[in-house]
Amino acid sequence: MLAENELLQHPGFTSAAELTALPALRVVQPDGQANEELLSRVSDEELIAMYQQMLRVRLFDRKCIALQRQGKMGTYAPFEGQEAAQVASAVCLANKDWMFPTYRDHAAAMTRGLPMQTVYRYWMGQMDGFSVPDELNILPPCVPIATHLLHGVGAAWAARLRDEDTVSFCYFGDGATSEGDFHEALNFAGVFHLPVVFFCQNNGFAISVPFARQSASPTIAKRASAYGMDGIRVDGNDAVAVYLACQTAIHKARNGGGPTLIEAVTQRFGAHTTADDPTRYRDQAAMNEEWRRERDAVQRLRLLLTSKGLWDDNREEQWIAKVGNELVNAWEEAVAKPFSEPIEMFDHVYSKMPAHLEEQKKLLAGGGLA
Amino acid sequence: MTRMLNMVQAIRDALDVKLAEDNRVLVLGEDVGVNGGVFRATDGLQDKYGPERVIDTPLAESGIIGSSIGLALNGFRPVAEIQFLAFIFPGLEQVFAHAARMRYRTRGRFTAPLVIRAPYGAGIRGPELHSESLESLFAHTPGLRVVAPSNPYDAKGMLISAMEVDDPVIFLEPTRLYRAGTRDVPEGSYRVSLEKAERLTEGRDVSLFAWGAMVPVALRAAEQLEKEQGLSAEVIDLRSLMPLDKETILSSVEKTGRAVIVHEAHQTAGLGAEIAALLADEAVWCLRAPIKRVAGFDVPVPPFSVEDAYLPTTERVLAGLKEVVMAE
Repeated sequence: MLAENELLQHPGFTSAAELTALPALRVVQPDGQANEELLSRVSDEELIAMYQQMLRVRLFDRKCIALQRQGKMGTYAPFEGQEAAQVASAVCLANKDWMFPTYRDHAAAMTRGLPMQTVYRYWMGQMDGFSVPDELNILPPCVPIATHLLHGVGAAWAARLRDEDTVSFCYFGDGATSEGDFHEALNFAGVFHLPVVFFCQNNGFAISVPFARQSASPTIAKRASAYGMDGIRVDGNDAVAVYLACQTAIHKARNGGGPTLIEAVTQRFGAHTTADDPTRYRDQAAMNEEWRRERDAVQRLRLLLTSKGLWDDNREEQWIAKVGNELVNAWEEAVAKPFSEPIEMFDHVYSKMPAHLEEQKKLLAGGGLA
Repeated sequence: MTRMLNMVQAIRDALDVKLAEDNRVLVLGEDVGVNGGVFRATDGLQDKYGPERVIDTPLAESGIIGSSIGLALNGFRPVAEIQFLAFIFPGLEQVFAHAARMRYRTRGRFTAPLVIRAPYGAGIRGPELHSESLESLFAHTPGLRVVAPSNPYDAKGMLISAMEVDDPVIFLEPTRLYRAGTRDVPEGSYRVSLEKAERLTEGRDVSLFAWGAMVPVALRAAEQLEKEQGLSAEVIDLRSLMPLDKETILSSVEKTGRAVIVHEAHQTAGLGAEIAALLADEAVWCLRAPIKRVAGFDVPVPPFSVEDAYLPTTERVLAGLKEVVMAE
């Protein structure tokens, strides 16, 4: 490995180096070499499925950026670099479990079964982009920061009160750990011993602010102890490590063991959103080269699979072709579906529409004129 | 000397001027330093004044506002940026329970002269919770000044005034107008009142009140009314939402006898209701027609694909004007 400070000049990069230098659970090395004992806990089928899904969501992410650039979608929040963290966590959840994602966690939501077309529609600003299939307990992307962690707490509380073994799984970023609601959520979960997993993707930057300016502590996982819960620091670009950490935490929560805080150390390769210009706050060119070589989760899992004889160029090509078709088909469906009508803005505001809204709805239906 | 600046540049210029002339002024918020703000309103200021005065904070709005109160208590003049107005929700306790009440509850011993700047409003194809207009929440809270400029000249002059006044100021920046046009903006310091509305067009037949991004909409509707009906609307940019410039509002309606109020915030319990009540209280004998509000609907600001239908349009404002001028 290169010495990080040879390449990374910005304070944010230093903090990333500091982060990766701290102990974290790692099963697969960047070159694909694995700790065989830990790796044996994951079946070959699971490894292949995770890899396929990681590649699928990465191609989806890139397509969304292209669509945004063509003016076909609104501002989009890319997740490239975080595929292992999102996919390997989401595959651990059962359908009845509750998932609370942010605006960057559509890879996780899609892994749990949120239709690709729904995700497209969300970023197109269509109302049905917020609709989640009845069989999935997934909330739409939370835009406010850290507020949804408390919803995870409440949902887990309800499950415990009813003696159900469902788990709440909350996604958030390193920036979220600065918000007051982060503290309140972890404290409640600790006090009431609730089945919640707090899954932090520490990607090193909250828009432009490097983690070193977010927290004077180099690690988030450590904070768990202050709330009386377990904390795990995991290499977020190692799908196997993420998978094992999440499986353990979810199993523990499901069986009355209480909450866990997981810090998955990862990187956002691209911009915060398509409206962001990361070259203003970090050396993006160096990142593109260095991070992709050293920290690319998709590449790392592929190296592992290849070394085990579970994957090859031929399978890769076939899978890319298959996903390519899916991306195009889902997009075609997404644009073929009727666009939201303005009148729909009046639906679902209340359980029963009050009279004044009926009047306003009529006003809009009549062309919005008095 | 003047320069042609858009609103973002004018705001940046106001911050630059005050950072240079008053070492108590600090700029703090999320991404305001290295990144220069997500709208570039603080572009280059950290390079110029250093990270001790233009500060990237952790991601915590209650932290930003609460610590600004403490900085203000202890002699500084913090200008806190909230990245989008709806992001202020976690910080509202600090605004309502502390910033607004500091002077009152310490009987004038301590004050909290901070400025909270925030882009607000719809029409920029923003994601969820990037488009809200919450001015009435703040106007409803005693102790806060609330202003919303609609052009680069006012934005700079009012922001300078806001940094100088000894009260907390909620400084609302209509996102849609950030780069909508340029205007001659003087270099250096100048002030625009935090308490005065501005009459933009003189009219005889109806008074049309607006602020922020609704001002250009109101102007277009007034033009259309003139063209279609030969009637003239007096367009008034309120600019200051708390306190309201009663004198300008009343004197206009005393002349025209008719009033239409436009705001993009939801209609119910919006500031339009307050202005209508003011007219009912103090100008009812001058009114020749019912007062009309043209406002955002009483629904959450919808996803961007339909946000234009949520907002008052020129057509809706024109229809409101016609309704009022035709009533007799």
